[in-house]
Amino acid sequence: MSLDPATVRRIARLARIRLEEGEVARLQGELNGILGWIEQLSEVDVEGVAPLTGGAQIALRMRADAVTDGGQAEKILANAPDRAGEFFAVPKVVE
Amino acid sequence: MSYTLEGSSGSWEVVIGLEVHAQVISQSKLFSGAATAFGAEPNTQVSFVDAAFPGMLPVINEACVAQAVRTGLGLEAHINLVSRFDRKNYFYADLPSGYQISQYEHPIVGAGTIEIELSNGATKKIGVTRLHLEQDAGKSLHDQNATKSYIDLNRAGVALMEIVSEPDLRSPEEAGAYLRKLRTVLRYLGTCDGNMEEGSMRADVNVSVRKHGEPFRTRCEVKNVNSIRFVQQAVEAEAKRQIALYEDGGTVLQETRLYDPSRGETRSMRSKEDAHDYRYFPDPDLLPLVLDEDWVESLRAELPELPDAKRARLSRDYGIPFYDAGVLVAEQVIADFYEAVAKGRDGKLAANWMIGDFFAGLNRTGHGIEDSPVSAAALGKLLDLMADSTINGKIAKEVLEVMMDTGEDPAAIIDARGLRQVTDTGAIDAAVDTVLAANPDKLAEYRGGKEKLFGFFVGQVMKVMAGKGNPALVNEAVRKKL
Repeated sequence: MSLDPATVRRIARLARIRLEEGEVARLQGELNGILGWIEQLSEVDVEGVAPLTGGAQIALRMRADAVTDGGQAEKILANAPDRAGEFFAVPKVVE
Repeated sequence: MSYTLEGSSGSWEVVIGLEVHAQVISQSKLFSGAATAFGAEPNTQVSFVDAAFPGMLPVINEACVAQAVRTGLGLEAHINLVSRFDRKNYFYADLPSGYQISQYEHPIVGAGTIEIELSNGATKKIGVTRLHLEQDAGKSLHDQNATKSYIDLNRAGVALMEIVSEPDLRSPEEAGAYLRKLRTVLRYLGTCDGNMEEGSMRADVNVSVRKHGEPFRTRCEVKNVNSIRFVQQAVEAEAKRQIALYEDGGTVLQETRLYDPSRGETRSMRSKEDAHDYRYFPDPDLLPLVLDEDWVESLRAELPELPDAKRARLSRDYGIPFYDAGVLVAEQVIADFYEAVAKGRDGKLAANWMIGDFFAGLNRTGHGIEDSPVSAAALGKLLDLMADSTINGKIAKEVLEVMMDTGEDPAAIIDARGLRQVTDTGAIDAAVDTVLAANPDKLAEYRGGKEKLFGFFVGQVMKVMAGKGNPALVNEAVRKKL
């Protein structure tokens, strides 16, 4: 598997990472190196082996339905770059 | 007659599939302990998990899982004892983590069915493809400021059930019937309040068109339609747009669109490049969701009687027409009210009075059944007063109107206003004599063979008696005297 420059730009855009044109070639090389390394995994024969979702063979733990959190608008908004009253304020998103 | 749209090249069939997002009724959110109540002050029902603060981990709410299982059971669907959560990645201001926790390849509920009924009385089974659990996003307000959008995360992380139908629907009417039936089932189950105005039930509508006998053509998805009426309008508008495109020699591109009710048209919503590029992958913060079969069976055992079963039972046990039973089971509270009235009484009479004068009275006074001024017991008492001939049907209608206005007891109204039915044959005979004496010409016509004047005389006698005559006795007396 090999990424072309257009795919590198596309991945960056989907992840909202700004990419200078000069960086594309370097990142293309790095990403292709990573992918190539991961691709070695396909050499392992996993025929008939069920997917393993974690080291511990346990299922998801569930919690009871109770309100135990919230009521902390100030803390939630503390890191907001911009706010309006108790709302986050962001550049206008128009659909 | 199946629904088709006419174009310049002939008639077109419409193919519709619905994705319904139903907000789960629960106290707290799917993966955090923040509250779910509607209408709270902005950002007061938000945990650090919901706001995607670094290092916060989701812990699933057992009640939300139970609600999804109940809904699956109510749709006669397969329950997957092992399911998994995935991250659906997209970038939007009301999604702080940059991904929605959803279920992609392994949903909690598999295939099921919903039976819909159409206006011609025909029924049709609509396939449900799947139901999965996912998080809702926050709410964006675009109209508060000229250059900024405001974000409230109270809704972020509330549990949603996404219920996906097969592309089995063929008309706006069928789409509406499907949504109404689904809403009724969800309300019976108590898993979603079905309130489309508050956004607790929203629909994405997949629409394509085709010539008869063709395979499916490309579909467009009309997002976030928030009323049944708008869903029906959106289907028609989008189908007509696609037909016009094809007939102009163009093609339909698969894309996401929005319905604008004020203009009655759909428009493209996002650039196609980004849409549907969600890069799903298993959420590494969450282990597989494994359900105990006994737990699922215990939920099944506690399911309420659902609308289809209730309708069949009411029709059978109370001897009422299937159509009437359908009206009465539309809401569980209506069905409960009806059964309280009908129990131990004439079920047919009870149904007629509820569907007729009682509903009309609620409408007139602006009440719902929940805050009806007339209780089931009071309506039952009114029926009893008719059954034991204290009042006749015509007077009962008047009494019910007063009950609707004042909430008074029917017997008290009858006594206070002297509405008790007259069964004294002497009084009835006297009234008949008065009427006959006042209408010598009509009497002559009747005796000359114009027998349909019988009704006229009965009516006049009732009028003289201010409507209080016992109808059977009045009929008998008039017949005798003529």
